[in-house]
Amino acid sequence: MDTQHPPQGTIQDIRSIKRMMERSSRFISLSGWSGVAAGICALGGAYAAWSRLQEFRNNSGYRIEEGGEITTHVYNHLQLLRTDLVWIAAITFVAALISAFLFTWIRSRKNGTPIWDRTVQRLTWNTVLPMAVGGLFLLRSMELDYYNLVAPGCLVFYGLALVNASKYTLGEIRYLGYGQLILGIINLWQLSYGLYFWAAGFGILHIIYGIVMWYRHERASGTN
Amino acid sequence: MKNPIENLNKVFDSRIRLGVMSILVVNEEVSFNDLKKMMEVTDGNLASHLIHLEENGYIKVHKGFIGRKTNTTYSITKAGEKAFKEHIEALENMIRGVR
Repeated sequence: MDTQHPPQGTIQDIRSIKRMMERSSRFISLSGWSGVAAGICALGGAYAAWSRLQEFRNNSGYRIEEGGEITTHVYNHLQLLRTDLVWIAAITFVAALISAFLFTWIRSRKNGTPIWDRTVQRLTWNTVLPMAVGGLFLLRSMELDYYNLVAPGCLVFYGLALVNASKYTLGEIRYLGYGQLILGIINLWQLSYGLYFWAAGFGILHIIYGIVMWYRHERASGTN
Repeated sequence: MKNPIENLNKVFDSRIRLGVMSILVVNEEVSFNDLKKMMEVTDGNLASHLIHLEENGYIKVHKGFIGRKTNTTYSITKAGEKAFKEHIEALENMIRGVR
């Protein structure tokens, strides 16, 4: 190699240093399409939950927001509603996870970065930890009948997980985290609108984030 | 005026050695295989550059085992960190000088 570095070489050296530092410490193949796909799953799930709640209203004649006496008739419908909502949540979560994984997997293959190296392990651990703790917290809330806390709880813990994850992947995910946190905190004082906040955070914010990320990182490189 | 180029470290003339140093400066310990994947080079090529860096005292080699397979990992030394930092400062000064 030349010892008389021309400026061009210097700039290339700096670019290669930056690239190697990033590539070795952050997972850079997170795809914007993953965000869009997860957002669509969330909107689908929120719609299913909303329809199921309407059905419950019609069948039981009970208004959750207004409260009132819980008769045996209402109680039975409430039990069915709970089971169905848990199923809807579980299916939505799995569908979002699979579709998000799929697009990121495709992109990481195109980029030639391994899908399970140390950067991914660190990213996974730092995302899963706050989410798992949040999951337990919400499970206990449901046991204690604090169903109102589920939507804001999802938003807050997921937001914290994303802010934490931003150190280990493309940094912009931090703003998605801030958005979830803001929605979650407002939701804490507007408890009866949980489903709408949830749909806005997990559905709309994901889709916006996904499109922005695709535009910034993937459009130019042709890995869509 | 001092020639800015004389501060550039000759060891880092090679993009591969520069790349290895960039990776090790932000990661505590990296295995040979991970370095190979990130640098996209052949075993022999990478090995010779690693020996060069080790001989200069910029990196440390740890030989270990995962089961029966050898697992060689590398980490940066104090001297390596210092040399890398000085090299970056020299690059910075060159750019400043040009502009």
